[in-house]
Amino acid sequence: MKEIVVISGKGGTGKTSVTASFAYLGGENVVVADCDVDAADMHLLVKPDFAKSESFFSGVAAQINPYKCNNCGICANVCRFDAIPVIDDQYTVSTLDCEGCGYCAKVCPERAIEMIDQNVGNWFVSNTRLNNTMVHAKLGIGAENSGKLVAKVKNEAKRIANENNKDFIIIDGSPGVGCPVVSSLSGAHFAVLVTEPSVSGIHDLKRVHELVKKFNIKAGCIINKADINKDVTNEILGFLKSESIEYIASLPYDENFTKAMTEGKTIVEFDNGELKESIIKSWEKVKKLSAVS
Amino acid sequence: MKIAIASGKGGTGKTTLSTNLAAFLSETEKVVLADLDVEEPNSGLFIHGNLIFEEEKYKMIPEWKEDSCTFCGECQKNCNFHAVIQLGSQILVFPELCHSCFACSELCPVNALPMIPKRMGQLKHFALNNFDFIESRLDIGQEQAVPLIAQTIDFIENNFTDQTIKIFDSPPGTSCPVIEATKDADFILLITEPTPFGLHDLSLAVETMQELKKPFAVIINRYGIGNDDVIDYCQKNGIPIVAKIPNLRKIAELYSKGDLIYNDVPEFKEELIKIRDFIKNEI
Amino acid sequence: MKIAFTTNGLEWNSKMDPRFGRTEYILVYDEEKKEFTSFDNREIENEAHGAGPKTSQKLFELGAKVLITGNGPGGNAATVLEKAGVKTYVGAGEMTVKQAYEAYQNNQLKNI
Repeated sequence: MKEIVVISGKGGTGKTSVTASFAYLGGENVVVADCDVDAADMHLLVKPDFAKSESFFSGVAAQINPYKCNNCGICANVCRFDAIPVIDDQYTVSTLDCEGCGYCAKVCPERAIEMIDQNVGNWFVSNTRLNNTMVHAKLGIGAENSGKLVAKVKNEAKRIANENNKDFIIIDGSPGVGCPVVSSLSGAHFAVLVTEPSVSGIHDLKRVHELVKKFNIKAGCIINKADINKDVTNEILGFLKSESIEYIASLPYDENFTKAMTEGKTIVEFDNGELKESIIKSWEKVKKLSAVS
Repeated sequence: MKIAIASGKGGTGKTTLSTNLAAFLSETEKVVLADLDVEEPNSGLFIHGNLIFEEEKYKMIPEWKEDSCTFCGECQKNCNFHAVIQLGSQILVFPELCHSCFACSELCPVNALPMIPKRMGQLKHFALNNFDFIESRLDIGQEQAVPLIAQTIDFIENNFTDQTIKIFDSPPGTSCPVIEATKDADFILLITEPTPFGLHDLSLAVETMQELKKPFAVIINRYGIGNDDVIDYCQKNGIPIVAKIPNLRKIAELYSKGDLIYNDVPEFKEELIKIRDFIKNEI
Repeated sequence: MKIAFTTNGLEWNSKMDPRFGRTEYILVYDEEKKEFTSFDNREIENEAHGAGPKTSQKLFELGAKVLITGNGPGGNAATVLEKAGVKTYVGAGEMTVKQAYEAYQNNQLKNI
């Protein structure tokens, strides 16, 4: 079983469209893990059935028991996040502002403050219309993606893949360069970097590749909208060469990307031309590259 | 007046709109643009002004004083973020994991962990003709955007008058950084694309704004692709649509080069005029 | 010398866990006494952030001088391991514990 992670650093590069196409091409041999929890859009293309749903708890927030509280205000005084305002003559925790440091609970003379596990969302195991199993999650407002949630989604995907002898796990990776993307990458056999030839695209590609390198993961790159700026595309190609990143494909600026999405289809189901061919070839290449790493 | 420009996810044209709107409004008004996407500030790639001021920004972290430490282990126990780790007779502090809650420091029985300022990033102030641009950038490896966003907003409050139009290019998403960047704004402009992804991410952003009880309106980018679902959604929920920026290859090309767009694309400028009128009349 | 492995199980033939911070188990092999001790690390699942430093600290407490793992630790974890004097070898993510130990003895793993 091989774990393939698709990441991009920057939003809007077509990462999710590419990932969903791979899921289509891989079919029942694939378990999909959507770890881009902040902007989880893949479900719009693959139509999961939410067969199994569980609550997800992450982090803690303070809660004041008003019956034990003597309103001394020590808690509000030590709180650096202004998270304990007085509401109706009672010190009350504003959960949205609480960082969960627990300082207030430690200094409360009445032991009136408890740190409560926070239910921040749900995670799901689904069957998709593409015959994949998919593990995904939805977070509530103000809740942040975390290494923990990504690990949870990936572990579940891995367990299912192992139990059913699946060949691949395809991970729609988290954005940025923080803890969630570290967790997305950890344990992967191959990373597909999706980028676009813009000043911000190449900037973010370099940043995210730093991480991939640190984890000794073999990587390949797909340049989307490659024809929009030939100069930057050449600059990207030079970067790939100097860093020994496999060049997988260049995709054209093609409105079928959006048209497919609008119809709730993957690109390979919608397009019948060059774009489809390029993505099929990309998937074949990714399979081959991940097999030897 | 403070206007935040936000979107549920990245890549919808937030930076393109912020930079062009700021430049356009500055032809008639006094404007300051702040890039609050401090993890990936990209506005600066499109704006070229003179650097007139820069300063380092700090957050408070504990510093271990070996001489006074008794290795009691309290600090490690009191840190909920694994930012303070004891290895035998060594205490290690991880600034990136620290939330500056002060618990380890103030609860240390022998004051062996005083809080000291530690650099987390940098703020830069660029001046253009009638237009100021503030960019804050988190250092690589720093994980907490919120303190830097808060300090950047403070900087703007302290250095610009109420008559200045303040435009905040907010970070993407629906989590703490975007809440920090929008919670003090007078009005939020949400930018989205007329696609299923765009609609889904817009609905998350709308939920967030409703939770914050903020007035907001929508701007559609790349209008002409996709379908009418975003428009239907806005109508059904009584959300004003201020402008529809057309989908033109020319815009994508100018963007990829890091150029401003409105002077070369009249269709784009027309939409900016609508946004300006909306700001003048409605906000 | 004590050698720590990140693993999915508690035996010589168990598979290695390629992850460091969020590894399921830590298996420590004492080369002198020729015996194993183990630590169930699955509680780490509950940590939103900072899994790497915490697991590194555990390694220190277990007295390991060498770590054998798959991808390798992230930045924070690497700092703790360095301070704790633990040498890290990576690239054993696909092996069993036994194979990983042999690869280590034959200098086939990458030291970082």
